Amino acid sequence: MSEIFGVPIQAFMGQLMLGLVNGSFYAMLSLGLAVIFGMLNIINFAHGALYMMGAMFAWMGLNYFGIGYWWSLLLAPLAVGAAGIVIERSMLQWLYKLDHLYGLLLTFGLALILEGIFRDQYGVSGQPYSIPEEFVGAYNLGFMFLPKYRAWVILASLAVCFATWFFIEKTPLGAYLRAATENPRLTQAFGINVPLMVMLTYGFGVALAGFAGVLAAPAMQVSPLMGSNLIIVVFAVVVIGGMGSILGSIVTGLGLGVIEGMTKVFWPEASATVVFVIMAIVLLVRPAGLFGREK
Amino acid sequence: MKRKLIGALVGAAVMSMAASSVYAQKGAVKLSGDMVKIGVLTDMSGVYSDLGGQGSVTAAQMAIDDFKAQAKPSWKIDLVYADHQNKADVGSNKAREWYDTQGVDMMTDVLNSAVALAVSKVTAEKKRVLIDAGAATTRLTNEDCTPYTVHYVYDTYALANGGGKAVVKQGGDSWFFLTADYAFGHSLEKDTADVVKANGGKVLGAVRHPLNASDFSSFLLQAQASKAKIVGLANAGGDTINSIKAANEFGLTKTQKLVGLLTQITDIHALGLPTTQGMMFTEGFYWNLNAETREWSRRYFGKMKKMPSMLQAGVYSAVLTYLKAVQTAGTDDADAVMKQLKSMTINDMFAKNGKIREDGRMVHDMFLVEVKKQAESKEPWDYYHVRAVIPGSEAFQPLSLSRCPLVKK
Repeated sequence: MSEIFGVPIQAFMGQLMLGLVNGSFYAMLSLGLAVIFGMLNIINFAHGALYMMGAMFAWMGLNYFGIGYWWSLLLAPLAVGAAGIVIERSMLQWLYKLDHLYGLLLTFGLALILEGIFRDQYGVSGQPYSIPEEFVGAYNLGFMFLPKYRAWVILASLAVCFATWFFIEKTPLGAYLRAATENPRLTQAFGINVPLMVMLTYGFGVALAGFAGVLAAPAMQVSPLMGSNLIIVVFAVVVIGGMGSILGSIVTGLGLGVIEGMTKVFWPEASATVVFVIMAIVLLVRPAGLFGREK
Repeated sequence: MKRKLIGALVGAAVMSMAASSVYAQKGAVKLSGDMVKIGVLTDMSGVYSDLGGQGSVTAAQMAIDDFKAQAKPSWKIDLVYADHQNKADVGSNKAREWYDTQGVDMMTDVLNSAVALAVSKVTAEKKRVLIDAGAATTRLTNEDCTPYTVHYVYDTYALANGGGKAVVKQGGDSWFFLTADYAFGHSLEKDTADVVKANGGKVLGAVRHPLNASDFSSFLLQAQASKAKIVGLANAGGDTINSIKAANEFGLTKTQKLVGLLTQITDIHALGLPTTQGMMFTEGFYWNLNAETREWSRRYFGKMKKMPSMLQAGVYSAVLTYLKAVQTAGTDDADAVMKQLKSMTINDMFAKNGKIREDGRMVHDMFLVEVKKQAESKEPWDYYHVRAVIPGSEAFQPLSLSRCPLVKK
């Protein structure tokens, strides 16, 4: 059998596939962060907690109200988005004119509070959420055994990422949004309700996190700490891709997932660090990130 | 310059006075003996808080209440607790504060091996008592043993020995390890690998994953490729939970068997029986073992709304045993109490004929359990078949192998 660096090519392809699955989560989360940072100039540290809330809402919906996976996929992001809008209206909107640091501290505090509440209620071991019946089982791809659910995760997240990119870059509403980011005062002078757009953008950004949370629920244990384990890596992804770059965050998210997957084969101990090593190198060579533009 | 020097001298004098008054205070408490203070130091909010945490505090309080009801002591018993956040420095600072200024006589729980080793050193220095119910490392009763530390519930040797030996005997003779990449995981892997080899099995390989990894699919694929009959999980808490979940998803459990090396009932509860059925591992306590354990565990359930882990049950037993020792010794002086502890036989709902050895190891029976199928479970939390009772003498490291300097050979 042919080999790549001593690893059978089949195992290599399998790991590539898994890297893509993890990359899908990175892409969706970093996309939300990039949208929020691009439009609001807020470094949203509460993103991991909101991702956790998405998964938790899915679990609560199933166990308290009998809401199945598909409805959760729609309702949980809406609920998380609504929570985001409340946060934006009640707290964040006062911080736009201040230094980035204030937004970061506020959202970090919010993340701790949210995680604390869920931990107090449900403990840290988390709750099981089983895979929806349609996706039980696996495809035999010849080179690997790919669970159907993981395949669905890749498809769903790519679709959502593409739709978001299309909406912001190619539609008139997206153009207003970009204009509002570039020069809010002038855009408002053209009769566009900028505060409303900003509010909806934040709601949409965190709804993406909620959506990722629901997607993650069957694949990972639904636990109050699931977001904090992930969020630091996602921030590194955003930094590598370039703060605020939509396409950058999607491409780097997927790419880093694959690189991390490869590291798990060749040097498993380093798999938690590799993203940060890349981040350091990128910052040295291109401080604005791979896809970012210097302002 | 001169003024600064004088200032420093005055400062030093004030500090030494303060220090001596602390000693005087401590002496007074010890002499009066009308108050025994117990400190539960645990992880209240982090990854291990389901294993110890508030449950341990509740168990300690239950022990105090039961002791008061049974023995009607003339002296007061007080309970304090704190969160060590899984940080060794936070833990040892708290221990110092408790011993120096709060008059704490005995500490328990103290899960997390790194914290336990730090607290054990402070305890020996201050000459108090530590009955550790939560840590896994065998170092507490080997290289780092002290005359004031008792290791109460389990250790990596017992987990490895119980799980490893029994599984090899049942035909699981080729192993692959999934190991958390830090001291605890490494030592659990090594101890188990030794047991597997000693019993005629072979180890095909291991993969080390970072602590709190969120995705295990890649590591499991490597375990699957090894074709080993048994995949040993040398990790704990959330890492174990996520490994088991992914193992099911990738169909690993169809061809290979998972053996959790530190799996506890809280993990099984979090995952549910359909995902965990058939898993085998070693436990120090099971609530549904006999009438006595059921009676106590139901009382505990009434307060916590969940069944106790072996750590929490162990904390109850440790506090009760300590209070009995104080009663018999007639003092809370650590040397006298330790002498009493090491000479008594422990019989309560947690341990039968438990004995504390000279190296500080509490020797009691351990249980090899297999997780039931959903259909076999008759009530909530009815999760285990007890497949074997491992007698204490076989479960724990023999005294002859101990590297503890206190053991006279």
